[in-house]
Amino acid sequence: MNTLLAICVGVLYSAAIYLILRRSIVKLVIGLVLLSNASNLLIFTASGLTREAPPLIPEGESMPAIVADPLAQALILTAIVIGFGVLAFAVVLIRRAYEVVEADDMDQMKGTDT
Amino acid sequence: MSTNTLIVLPLLIPLLAAALCLASWRSVLAQRLISLVAVLGLLAAAVALVHGIWQDGIAVLHLGNWKAPYGIVVVADLLGAIMVLLAAITATAIALYSLGSLERAPEQFGYYPLMHLLIAGVCGAFLTGDIFNLYVWFEVMLVASFALLILGGERAQMEGAIKYVTLNLVSSALFLAAIGLLYGLTGTLNMADLAVKLADHQDNPMVEVVAGLFLVAFGIKAGVFPLFFWLPASYHTPRIAVSSLFAGLLTKVGVYALFRTFSLMFPLDEFVLRPVLLAMAGATMLVGVLGAAAQFEFRRILSFHIISQIGYMVMALALFTPLALIGGIFYIIHHIIVKSNLFLVAGLTYRLGGSYELKALGGLYKRAPWLAVVFLIPAFSLAGLPPLSGFFGKFILIRAGVDAGSWALVTVALIVGLLTLYSMTKIWAEVFWKPAPSEADPGVPPPGSLMILPVAMLCVLTVAIGIGAEPVYRLSERTAAQLLDPSGYINAVLGDQP
Repeated sequence: MNTLLAICVGVLYSAAIYLILRRSIVKLVIGLVLLSNASNLLIFTASGLTREAPPLIPEGESMPAIVADPLAQALILTAIVIGFGVLAFAVVLIRRAYEVVEADDMDQMKGTDT
Repeated sequence: MSTNTLIVLPLLIPLLAAALCLASWRSVLAQRLISLVAVLGLLAAAVALVHGIWQDGIAVLHLGNWKAPYGIVVVADLLGAIMVLLAAITATAIALYSLGSLERAPEQFGYYPLMHLLIAGVCGAFLTGDIFNLYVWFEVMLVASFALLILGGERAQMEGAIKYVTLNLVSSALFLAAIGLLYGLTGTLNMADLAVKLADHQDNPMVEVVAGLFLVAFGIKAGVFPLFFWLPASYHTPRIAVSSLFAGLLTKVGVYALFRTFSLMFPLDEFVLRPVLLAMAGATMLVGVLGAAAQFEFRRILSFHIISQIGYMVMALALFTPLALIGGIFYIIHHIIVKSNLFLVAGLTYRLGGSYELKALGGLYKRAPWLAVVFLIPAFSLAGLPPLSGFFGKFILIRAGVDAGSWALVTVALIVGLLTLYSMTKIWAEVFWKPAPSEADPGVPPPGSLMILPVAMLCVLTVAIGIGAEPVYRLSERTAAQLLDPSGYINAVLGDQP
């Protein structure tokens, strides 16, 4: 399972970087979506996978020997929320940029570079 | 109020101000009043915080009374407190300048709440003791800066913003990945606890990978070579008050994060990444200043100078001797004040000359001799002429470089100082000495007193730091000592645990 997830993370990162390097701004945003999800999945994998009990202990009982780590999942949840907000902004931004520049092409957005 | 509870004020005041400004969305007047009160309150709180920590040592607040390393802590050591004070000074100057310079439209579309949110993010990043919270505060700051950057919606702003947003999101993703790997490695997120646990992992190559990820992530935010390209593409596009706020604070949050991680969690003494940092510092200084030399637009020259100045700070960190860190902290104090001031001066020049292009400007020495004075003070300070603040910062740094035997880096630093002076005299000759290219009316209203006041205030501070360099040096000295000996920080956060 670890290996599978590691490959999955790698594929997501490479796909994200490929898309970010494309000229189209729509593909750029899709690349950013993949990039943030790749990082979330990486946290999930790196913090250790357990097949045992969930980290919920009924009142009066003691903790089972192995439970899943809840903190990593809390981190991912926070990161997903933040990523969602930021990406929503990015989508609005490329829409506005498309309206102003009238092109879906990074090569036509070089006015501020030189 | 004890220092430990005082720490939350720099977080609460801007957040509360942002919420109040949002609540009074329709009344620009109310938002202006709230902003003014909030920045002054923040300034007072920051002064009290620095004073308190100078007196009583590092202050720690365990949020919700959950003890570290399980709960989340807010920590203020001298470095964090000084950075908060600098943020408060910049915020006060920018708020005054905004009151005097902004048109109706940005004020009505949420300029003030965004400004406070940005300041809250910046202060949060300086004060948190938890690496994941650092990420969260970075994002608060970034989202606010995205919106401020495109406020106005011109084509140049959109083009700049796409690059700014993309590279900063890539940086955030790398930062998040590094946090994930670090958590997998050590099982903790508290920075003091991480410092303790990482000491047991010294032979693990994974630590170097994680440190490399942090270096790239913070390097993008700080704008070091070869990761700075978003900065000159976007910083000159928004309103000048926004540019100035970004120039003063945003990259310095990246620099602060580098100082914090590479002194506390990955001490640089014997670390593999040190030669990389040294090379980056030299290249950042040189590329930044050469970029500036090729530009003929006021704000773009200043943007490139931000990069070259970041190089000096990274140099201080990379040398990692006590004297170098003192110089680095002195340099940060000097740089934030001078850099925001220069952008504000560019705004004043625009109001008098009607352009940011050096070719289209001229003859301002005759028309406004006072502007020449308020330009020369920060400009010469940036170039490092005595007795202004920049001279002492550079002097300490170069002395530290000589002591450490890094001759190549010292040579680069001196050449860059000279080229900075060239760049500043270029602006001086074009904007002030050259006769005006046309007698036409600039077509913009002249600056009001509310725009001139913050510039004058920051000029006085620059001169004061230069003349009263010794107290600032002592402050930097104690800050550097805290950075070099992280045990004080660790004990303050973790208490008396072994």
